[in-house]
Amino acid sequence: MGPEGVALEPMPHGPIHGTVGRVIEVNELTKRYGATTAVDGLTFTVRPGHVTGFLGPNGAGKSTTLRMILGLNTPTSGRVLVNGRPFRGLPRGLRHAGALLDAHDVHGGRTARAHLSALAHGNGLPRRRVEQVLDEVGLASAAHRRVGGFSLGMKQRLGIAVALLGDPPVLLFDEPLNGLDPDGVLWVRRLLRQLAAEGRTVLVSSHLMGEMEHTAHQVIVIGRGELIAAEGLAEFAVRGDRLGVAVRTPDVAGLTSALATEGATVQHEQDGSCTVTGLGAERIGELALHARIPLHELTPRHASLEEAFMELTADRVEYNSGEAR
Amino acid sequence: MTTQTQTITERRVCTTDLGTPARFRDLLAAEWIKLWSLRSSYWALGGGALTVIGINVNSARSNADRLADQPPLPPAPPPGFPDLPQMVFDPLATAFVDPAWQLLMVIAGSVGAIAVFGEYTSGLIRTTFAAVPARRAVMTAKATVLAVVMLALGAVVAGTSFGVTQAILRDHNGLSLSDPGALRAVAASTLLAPLCAFVGMALGALIRHAAGTVAAVAGVLLLLPALFQGETYRWVAEIGDAMPLTAWNALVQNPESNDGMGLYPVSVTEAWSVFGGWSLVAVIIAVTVVHRRDV
Repeated sequence: MGPEGVALEPMPHGPIHGTVGRVIEVNELTKRYGATTAVDGLTFTVRPGHVTGFLGPNGAGKSTTLRMILGLNTPTSGRVLVNGRPFRGLPRGLRHAGALLDAHDVHGGRTARAHLSALAHGNGLPRRRVEQVLDEVGLASAAHRRVGGFSLGMKQRLGIAVALLGDPPVLLFDEPLNGLDPDGVLWVRRLLRQLAAEGRTVLVSSHLMGEMEHTAHQVIVIGRGELIAAEGLAEFAVRGDRLGVAVRTPDVAGLTSALATEGATVQHEQDGSCTVTGLGAERIGELALHARIPLHELTPRHASLEEAFMELTADRVEYNSGEAR
Repeated sequence: MTTQTQTITERRVCTTDLGTPARFRDLLAAEWIKLWSLRSSYWALGGGALTVIGINVNSARSNADRLADQPPLPPAPPPGFPDLPQMVFDPLATAFVDPAWQLLMVIAGSVGAIAVFGEYTSGLIRTTFAAVPARRAVMTAKATVLAVVMLALGAVVAGTSFGVTQAILRDHNGLSLSDPGALRAVAASTLLAPLCAFVGMALGALIRHAAGTVAAVAGVLLLLPALFQGETYRWVAEIGDAMPLTAWNALVQNPESNDGMGLYPVSVTEAWSVFGGWSLVAVIIAVTVVHRRDV
């Protein structure tokens, strides 16, 4: 199963270069470190044109997976293809995929410009790209400063500049919002959506569902290295519907028996309302009308995405905190 | 920093051409920038060169002072006593003072090591290899840039040391490059720097931690030959003879000097082979280890 589905936003520029698929294909990917299995038979596809959120609790194997996509770590078994090819086999990477894995993956003794220049030179990119990406991430005025003195937010911006340097069709970001101020968060979200709208493949990891709620169109959820869900954000949100439908009626007994015919259960709440589980709001309304039972309220109770995410991953959290005091 | 909200400019998609050839000289340029964009490179190379030259020049100056107050030849032994072996002053040795060049070995080795472990300790290695997945090409470029820089460093230090010390000793049989053994000594000392940098690279790739690597560089380059100095067992001496420091000692030896090289002397050919062998093996280790490991 893959996160199929249509792009939520049309690609304004049409297909780019007919030759490359611009997809990330992860196939039965497994990574073991001794007795520990970090990634366990993971299979999913990331498609262009929308932002795909890569979600999971801490230690779920997100970073390991991203590293395997980029050929930094060798899988124990399975394989990953970027644009139809293993990334490790490419002579140069920046034009094929750009990545921000960890904002600290930079030598603190160099200036931002020197860091970018070395990377640009190595990939045969024109020198102007360095100034362009510095401008784009808002670091132009700090380009001559040594990276060691940068705040985490500035390092994140520098990491994003590295990812954008080769103007690649595939982009990977590991927790890009860490350390950013609210303006920065807003900027990154807009940038991610913009990159996707340009027809690029954008994979963004996060351990917070809330971060993805306003950014991603697709989600891939993993826990303990295994795939839990790979679907559109809307479908993912529906998982929260198991919280039921809130109903208010003067004839609770009548409604209970009417709904029981279709297997729904009605639970009485403290505030006098009822929670119906097992049926959608539409069907409850129809059955009530049929039985001529007046309804004063009929509200589907959506769990927040965060709640859906927590529920899904609850039994696969690697590091459980103790009971709250 | 100031955090005005940036507007995302209209971007064109994938404007760069995927078909650009992957040129090795691009990687050389990248490694060149990386080396010279760190202040520590200037300090290590500049400071190291000046210190080594300084020690050599000082040795020549003090020898010249001493020789000036001394009769040219020791007094002949009184009649009836056998001739003593004459201790003749060797001007070549003042340009190649052992501790000075051992210091150069550690500096060159450390610069080579930093070029590798610096990427690991900072995490830069992931950025580097995500940008250039051809890891062996990156490491080869790194070794090439280091070789060029170290050859220049070695040539400057060896050439200056030789020129200045022999000029100071011009009244005491100071040598010129055309004298036997002089050019060989300068060449060997020049090549010692890249050799040690390669060894540093290999150790940096194997150990990947700062303190451990620098300790290993000093241990392998200086301590190991000291451990295998004994001549009681031939195999111990043979291992000692296969060390870069021992080979260098043999190559800077004045052929005119009667100062013996011990029971199992190293021939010039053997010494050059040690230089070549260590360099080659060190580069192969650095390239292979980095290629194979997860980063």
